[in-house]
Amino acid sequence: MGWVWKSLNSSIGKKLVMAVTGVALMLFLIIHLAGNLSLYGGSKAFNGYVGLLEMIKPLIRVIEVILALVFIFHIINGVRLWIENKIARPQGYTINGSRKNTDVFSRTAFITGSIVFIFLILHLQTIWYKFNYSGTELDLYTITTEWFTHWWYSLLYLIAIVLLGFHLNHGFQSAFQTFGWNSKKYFPLIEKLGTIYAIIMTLGFGSIPIYLYFFGGK
Amino acid sequence: MEHKKLNLTLKVWRQHGPKTPGCFVTYPIAVSPDTSFLEMLDEINNELEKKGKEPIAFESDCREGICGTCGLVINGQPHGPIPRIATCQLHMRNFKDGDTIYIEPFRAKAFPIIKDLIVDRSPMDRIMEAGGFISVNTGSVPDGNAIPIAKEIASEAMDAASCIGCGACVAACKNASAMLFVSAKVSQFALLPQGKPERYQRVEAMVKVMDEYGFGSCSNTYACEAECPKGVSVKNIARMNREYFMSKIKG
Ligand code: SF4
Ligand code: FES
Repeated sequence: MGWVWKSLNSSIGKKLVMAVTGVALMLFLIIHLAGNLSLYGGSKAFNGYVGLLEMIKPLIRVIEVILALVFIFHIINGVRLWIENKIARPQGYTINGSRKNTDVFSRTAFITGSIVFIFLILHLQTIWYKFNYSGTELDLYTITTEWFTHWWYSLLYLIAIVLLGFHLNHGFQSAFQTFGWNSKKYFPLIEKLGTIYAIIMTLGFGSIPIYLYFFGGK
Repeated sequence: MEHKKLNLTLKVWRQHGPKTPGCFVTYPIAVSPDTSFLEMLDEINNELEKKGKEPIAFESDCREGICGTCGLVINGQPHGPIPRIATCQLHMRNFKDGDTIYIEPFRAKAFPIIKDLIVDRSPMDRIMEAGGFISVNTGSVPDGNAIPIAKEIASEAMDAASCIGCGACVAACKNASAMLFVSAKVSQFALLPQGKPERYQRVEAMVKVMDEYGFGSCSNTYACEAECPKGVSVKNIARMNREYFMSKIKG
């Protein structure tokens, strides 16, 4: 199986790792958002949804491990690419022309990804860890809505989600390109779908802190 | 018709050799808008030589956009601000009186600077040697239409083959990736029946050499296509990815 490892370490292999893990994460986001929307139903609806997940706890644990691995691969591979790509151009240009030949989404994929990563740590610590491992008696709805009463937490969350939207707008079409699924006929459609997906994710996740901050989720 | 001359300030990258540090040197110049970019550099060099100073080293050959030697980064853009042309096809009428123009060499670890604006692009030749050919015994010229090829396929192959190997894609890419160049070469063969027998060896060999030279990895920003003087499409990169995956699967 040496050839698999070698191939994944080639320049094209590294793209593939980025794309495959990226697609897995994009699918996860859809499920995550669908679940989160139950916050709009209030305490009962949300805790009911959480209760469902609690019932299949062992399965959820397995999924969490897989998800963690996917995240780690996506992040480590992304950081590695960024470092290697910096090395590939030891001396930069005095005049930066990148605004004229790229869009902001692809140009900033590393920066938006990095900020989303910092947010992810905070997000796991304040909600996932607190609920599962801090020995709290509180239900997840109370924990979550409590956080969003703090303006800085809501704002941070909102900023991270907007940047996530940028990241996704690049990632969606980029994954298709990497898989080699780029044809004149349907690529414009893929780009549009990617933007629609990114907007839905941004509005979906982004509306929650606004709603909870202003209406307290009552 | 005689046009008013443009007064420009050029900031040109001067670097004595590969190992010496370089810097920008300022050259004020008044040029006719009908002058081409390279002719303007020629004018400066004439002046420099008259004064016994070392002329600016830059490359050019055909000066009609086919040889691919003349690439310069002009105000941050390889081949300058006008899309789909090489530096030699750029004219000063595209600049305004009073403009300051920064002229830099292509910058990439794989393209070390030889002198001033000239870089060593020979890694691209090494990539070609690894697989940019078809292995057939030469003989008499085969009949033109002996192998029928659909018009669409022939056109696509021709579009890929229009790459002039200038390296602007590498220069434009924030990752200094050579994917557009290599994919154009892989595609022009992979599309045609004559290139198909060796398609998988080819893509593996060319990608391997590309990686060895320390070009960066593509992150799909598509700066290459935007700056390519021939408009080579990033669809070729998608095709090369497919070829590469298939070569791995099929062994
Ligand atoms: S793909 Fe375009 S930019 Fe790259 S080497 Fe060929 S002609 Fe130049
Ligand atoms: S000098 Fe030949 S392409 Fe410009």
